[in-house]
Amino acid sequence: MAGLWPASETGIVFVAIAPFVAAILAPFLFRIAGRFTGWLLALVPAAIFLFLLGFAETVIGGGTIAMSMNWIPAYDINLSFFIDGLSLVFALTISGIGALIILYSGAYLAGHKHQGRFLGFMLAFMGAMLGLVLADSLLALFLFWELTSVTSFLLIGFDHARQAARRGAIQALVITNIGGMCLLAGAILVQQLSGSWEMSALRGMGDLLRDHALYGLVLFCFLGAAFTKSAQFPLHFWLPNAMEAPTPVSAFLHSATMVQAGVYLLARMSPVLGGTEAWTSILVIFGGLTLIWGALGALKQTDLKQILAQTTIASLGLLVLLIGLGSTYSIAAAIVYFVAHAFYKAGLFMVAGAVDHETGTREITGLGGLAEKMPATFIAAAMAALSMVGLPLTIGYFAKEEMYLGLMNGDWTSLVVIVVLIAGNAMLAGVALIVAIRPFLGTLVPTPRTPHEAPLAMLAGPVLVGAAGLVAGVLPDWLGHDVLVPAASAILQRPVESHLTLALDVTGLLLWLSVLTWALGVLVYRQADTIRTLLRRFDAWLGWTADNVFDACMFGLIRFSGAVTRALHHGKLELYLVLVFLTLAVALFGPMLAWGGLDWMVPKADLGDWSQRLVLPALQPYEWGVIVMAIAGLLAVLAAPTRLIAILSMGVQGTALALIFLLFGAPDLAFTQLMVEVLSVVILTFLMTRLRLDDRDPRPFEDWARDGTLAIVCGVGVSLLLMLVLNGTLDTRLSDLFTATSVPIAHGHNIVNVILVDYRGFDTLGEISVVMGAGMAILALLRRQRKKATEKPAPRRRTRKAGA
Amino acid sequence: MNTVIFRTLAPMIVAIMLVFSVYVCLRGHNEPGGGFIGGLIAAAAIGVFGMASGVATVRKALRVDPMAIAGFGVVMAGASGLMSLFIDAPFMTSIWLYLDIGESVVPLSTPLFFDLGVYCVVFGTLSAIALSLESDREEDI
Repeated sequence: MAGLWPASETGIVFVAIAPFVAAILAPFLFRIAGRFTGWLLALVPAAIFLFLLGFAETVIGGGTIAMSMNWIPAYDINLSFFIDGLSLVFALTISGIGALIILYSGAYLAGHKHQGRFLGFMLAFMGAMLGLVLADSLLALFLFWELTSVTSFLLIGFDHARQAARRGAIQALVITNIGGMCLLAGAILVQQLSGSWEMSALRGMGDLLRDHALYGLVLFCFLGAAFTKSAQFPLHFWLPNAMEAPTPVSAFLHSATMVQAGVYLLARMSPVLGGTEAWTSILVIFGGLTLIWGALGALKQTDLKQILAQTTIASLGLLVLLIGLGSTYSIAAAIVYFVAHAFYKAGLFMVAGAVDHETGTREITGLGGLAEKMPATFIAAAMAALSMVGLPLTIGYFAKEEMYLGLMNGDWTSLVVIVVLIAGNAMLAGVALIVAIRPFLGTLVPTPRTPHEAPLAMLAGPVLVGAAGLVAGVLPDWLGHDVLVPAASAILQRPVESHLTLALDVTGLLLWLSVLTWALGVLVYRQADTIRTLLRRFDAWLGWTADNVFDACMFGLIRFSGAVTRALHHGKLELYLVLVFLTLAVALFGPMLAWGGLDWMVPKADLGDWSQRLVLPALQPYEWGVIVMAIAGLLAVLAAPTRLIAILSMGVQGTALALIFLLFGAPDLAFTQLMVEVLSVVILTFLMTRLRLDDRDPRPFEDWARDGTLAIVCGVGVSLLLMLVLNGTLDTRLSDLFTATSVPIAHGHNIVNVILVDYRGFDTLGEISVVMGAGMAILALLRRQRKKATEKPAPRRRTRKAGA
Repeated sequence: MNTVIFRTLAPMIVAIMLVFSVYVCLRGHNEPGGGFIGGLIAAAAIGVFGMASGVATVRKALRVDPMAIAGFGVVMAGASGLMSLFIDAPFMTSIWLYLDIGESVVPLSTPLFFDLGVYCVVFGTLSAIALSLESDREEDI
């Protein structure tokens, strides 16, 4: 398995980026290339596969490849990639199967008008998945992890016109994102504890995390991530619903790759977190439960895709269990089983898609005798099923042998685990027989469409992966030396010997355990209908599923947010304003009362009769005139019979205020105040005529008293605060600086303007952006109101217009 | 309020106000004034014009949607700050250029363009709101 050209380290970045570039180009390419798009785009993963193969020699020789570039240097975060046996096995599987799936998708969705978009999503997913398995930095891992969730969401919901597809997509997104958040928390926690973002560095730290007091929390975070992604019981329910996606998606994401991300994470972290009692027991118990639950679930179904989805859950449980056991044999078994599963499950899904595509149904009860009409598809299905059953000369055989081999020591736990494994494997074998035999052998059953052989692009995938499962099964030396050893060594962090052999030892217990598994498998196959009836009866008796619980939770969440929104967002403008000004009053008086800000108001004893000392300020008569004008304006506001008059009176008061600014040496402020006053009166007047509140004038006394009290409290508060501030010594360093430097360095005599456009220009930039944003919001509100008005003219307006 | 006197005088008032607004904006760096006040004056002028001649006339006279003027203002203010990148200085470092035109020297600077941006934003946003409120209900915005 030597590469075509020597692989360079910087190329790893392109491996993660190329699929995304291809994804962006896919829809455009589809417009030009039409039905050949699938063939062309399959070249991208194929090239990546060959490129990655170039690293194989180094990795088989026990080496690793690391590559790192600056990402956020300020926080010492790097975009680092790392290739060892484990990541290479995953990356090669992803890109290899990816190429076949892209090819298959081209034919499966032939004639679909959004095929370009679909292929784009698929390639983007592949890029994310490759990034995930190649990433070394925990943050990069998290980033790619979330990208796989997002692309999976897009792909499950691809057929977005169907409600079931939307629901499946949202469910998958919610569940896997909970895991994503766990992963982020875990990554940050690990970095805080160990000081490193790089997983390769973590592996060199020995028992640092295992001995830490927060080990439990770290473990919880990572297990939460892995269990949600890899659909472990009781979070498994999103995976069957994800089958709403087009079949190529199910074959690629929800069997061979994305769901394996959780398994990958566990394998990756097992040198760092694994080996403890908690790790082993949690993984083995949940893995075992998932295995049995998924296998039973598969026997319940009659829809080909649902059957396969349930077996995927079972296989994921099996992998988690094996990683949890953590012995040399079980890790070796996990690696071989991962490869075997990727081959046969992708193959079977593609077969199911082909059957569905050519006959129009996926119900095994409505299929039969297709072998004659679709011989190539049948051969592909048979090859995959042989591997799934685990007969000798297939890769599945080695996987099964290895997992039994690790449990031969005879203690009680091993015995229980081996019974669970045999039961699970037997049920999966039975399911494999059902899937491969029911639709293809027996008498031909009429189907919605007349069956005929699938096109070449749809056959290439299943036949090739099926054949690969057989070829790998007759080359134990290659499989052991080039695949198992590098990957298992990477997980165990020590060199491993391969012991895969084709020789059958008739006297050994091992073979007889396998034989027992096959025999039970055949039994399951023969009694499939009875088992299904029994299981369905049990389900009906149970009455609820994890799926229902999820729905109930989501429904509760939506109702809760609805209630919160209605409580806070009631649409009564007056109450909003009351709330705002109430808060202002609290903010003004709270600190003043809390820190004794009002103490200065109490007259001091040595002042004597202080009322004698009160003097009126010495003001010019015209200055008094302006002040009288302001007060008159205020009184007019209070006395105003309608809102319109009140607004105009406010204008009088505001103009007087502008004059006061002018008289006391702030011409800039006066200028602005005047213009703001004019415009706000104009705009408010227009608004008031538009709102037509006149029939609610004059306002009820309670409202008047409430708002008046609030206004007085806020006004007094602001006045007191100002007096308090002016009483103290002002820190004039900043204004001194501005006064001193505005001409020499900013070339302006108007300090206010220099501050606005130069010293604090960045603030102003923000402010004008807000002004524009607010303007657009106001326009949108007005436009909406107008639209409503034109749609159904309110009768009230007509009469008013006639009256005016 | 829509008297003949008002309707006749309004365009003249508007013209004077608009010119004055630009004057206020330009003198702002050394005397009371600036983009914000200038924009307010111009917006008030548009409000007056709308009251006198009707919104449709004003929109026609403006040629551009006032909100687009506001958007242009934000872009111009931001771009004037980016100019400093060309002299390898931090964002919004001001650059001054003194143009000799015959007898007088005309100082040009990035803060001037920044202030013109502020003028456009305030003018555009407030005019858009004022016109939208003034317009008759049947008329589309």
